[in-house]
Amino acid sequence: METESAFPVVIAEKALHTLVCALQKAGYRVIGPILRDQAIVYDELDSVADLPQGWTDEQQPGSYRLKKRTDQALFGYTVGPHSWKKFLHPPHLRLWSVSRSGNEVRFSHDKTPIQKYAFLGVRSCELHAMAIQDKVFLQAGHEDAGYHQRRNDSFIIALNCGEAGGTCFCTSMKTGPQATSGFDLALTELLSADRHEFLVEISSQIGANLMHDVASREASAEDLATAANILARTAENMGRHLDTKGLKERLQDNPEHPRWDEVAARCLGCSNCTMVCPTCFCTSVEDTADLAGETAERWRRWDSCFNSEFSYIHGGSIRSSVKSRYRQWLTHKLAHWIDQFGSSGCVGCGRCISWCPTGIDITEEAAAIGSTAPPPEDTS
Amino acid sequence: MKVFQQPVKPKLAVWKFASCDGCQLSLLDCEDELLAVSEAVEIAYFAEASRAMQKGPYDLSLVEGSITTPHDAERIHQIRRSSRVLITIGACATAGGIQALRNFKDVKEFTRVVYAHPEYIDTLKTSTPISHHVKVDFELRGCPINKTQLLEVIEALLHGRKPNTPAHSVCMECKLAGTVCVMVAHGTPCLGPVTHAGCEALCPRYNRGCFGCYGPKENPNTRALAAEWQRLGAKQMTIRHAFRNFNAWAEDFRKESEKHEP
Repeated sequence: METESAFPVVIAEKALHTLVCALQKAGYRVIGPILRDQAIVYDELDSVADLPQGWTDEQQPGSYRLKKRTDQALFGYTVGPHSWKKFLHPPHLRLWSVSRSGNEVRFSHDKTPIQKYAFLGVRSCELHAMAIQDKVFLQAGHEDAGYHQRRNDSFIIALNCGEAGGTCFCTSMKTGPQATSGFDLALTELLSADRHEFLVEISSQIGANLMHDVASREASAEDLATAANILARTAENMGRHLDTKGLKERLQDNPEHPRWDEVAARCLGCSNCTMVCPTCFCTSVEDTADLAGETAERWRRWDSCFNSEFSYIHGGSIRSSVKSRYRQWLTHKLAHWIDQFGSSGCVGCGRCISWCPTGIDITEEAAAIGSTAPPPEDTS
Repeated sequence: MKVFQQPVKPKLAVWKFASCDGCQLSLLDCEDELLAVSEAVEIAYFAEASRAMQKGPYDLSLVEGSITTPHDAERIHQIRRSSRVLITIGACATAGGIQALRNFKDVKEFTRVVYAHPEYIDTLKTSTPISHHVKVDFELRGCPINKTQLLEVIEALLHGRKPNTPAHSVCMECKLAGTVCVMVAHGTPCLGPVTHAGCEALCPRYNRGCFGCYGPKENPNTRALAAEWQRLGAKQMTIRHAFRNFNAWAEDFRKESEKHEP
């Protein structure tokens, strides 16, 4: 995304419709939040009318509930069970197929056309999650070509959060709530009794071109101040907090902390946390064939370090206990990830807390591990 | 598991023990693939499908149903002896089935109440999985089994590879499909977190909790899930009945159900 220093503009709520139409006309599948099965999920939007207007969510460990808002906000909720990784890093992906005819064997790469996506309503934590997955999938020499193309083709409309959820802690991870990079356009919803508008920051040439067709006015100092106030209020209302100071060392130095046993007693080993995590990237491959053995396919699918087979090597599974699996996940996410990729693997979105059926809270567990570590040497 | 590499088609047999026939019907239900199945294997013994019954030995035996009578306890040994590879299909064959509810009670009392002449009933005190009687080469879970998984097992066996029938939770299947968690978002008690995958999360996809038809997943934490059900308002009896269902005699489910006895 090229950066163009354009002044922020303000558009009317109705103008969002024009923007979505322009994206669809440009060949994008527009993906955004929609209401389904009592949750706000990400799926294709036909129009802005599909957005969950007037809804919000209440999230606590192991609990997610939708509630009606008293206003008509279009983005008055936080993140739900889905993340954008399901589009950029699909749960099932055919890698290649092979066919046999006599003694001849022919391999072919998957030729399914790659979709051009426009993502509407991407939160700052989610932009950071995308940047983290970029490090995984776009490493020189190990690049995932399909991911690269999906990522390059994506048009991203970020959303500065106007609400903080009960399980949010992006301020602890320094990943939000304000979108600062990695988007084409960034919206802030400006809603009060007498106005419903969006402040739009334009961050790419494609974004600027699209905005040409959308009625807008230059943002005033007052608009900017209102948006800044919204973000400040969101930052103050985080439902969770994680102290990251010395966290990597505290986790890496405490592999036998009694807390691992306590959390394992509550952990179902069900893998939900890893599936909803926007940075968890692990996969396994599976081969399928027809009964005659004439054609076969290799598929990649999301896998999880909470599954026994995930750590299976010759002779058995390395991590047979739930305790060892939880410890692997937490220490990788918050500690070893830093050694491996140069940043934490956690963006503070809170999904693993909300969508854990027993409500295990990563911020509580991380805080507890190491809390009873031997005190520092007495230097007096 | 053995690999078939002989020039002639492997001989397939399908056997029935105490069961509802639903699992063997899954094979007949493979309408589009049945021709390919019959081209890949010789269907040598399948009473539900054909009166033409060939004698053994068989390369592959699919066994449905549980052992509930002295006669069947003998018969399964004969079948094992005449089968190179023996695969059990469905909750009855792999865990004892719904009829294993008898294992928690007195069968003699049942027969006295139900039958005019209980002396004619020759039954065992328990319903047990096939693996309690003979060596089983592979178990395919489900009540009923998923026909796609059955084809996967047959195909994998024909080509000498491990079948893809992961032992992870049903939650994985929900999440791969993008299904919203009924437990977290609706407060619906669900057995998905402790249940073996394979059904493609059929019930949660229709906004119902998982019934545990595929039995326990590997390493299930039934205790933590039962505690969560209680928090959602489930009574002890509800929890006991949830674990004491089609897979009541599967060890992990049995033990959890016993913790919720009155």
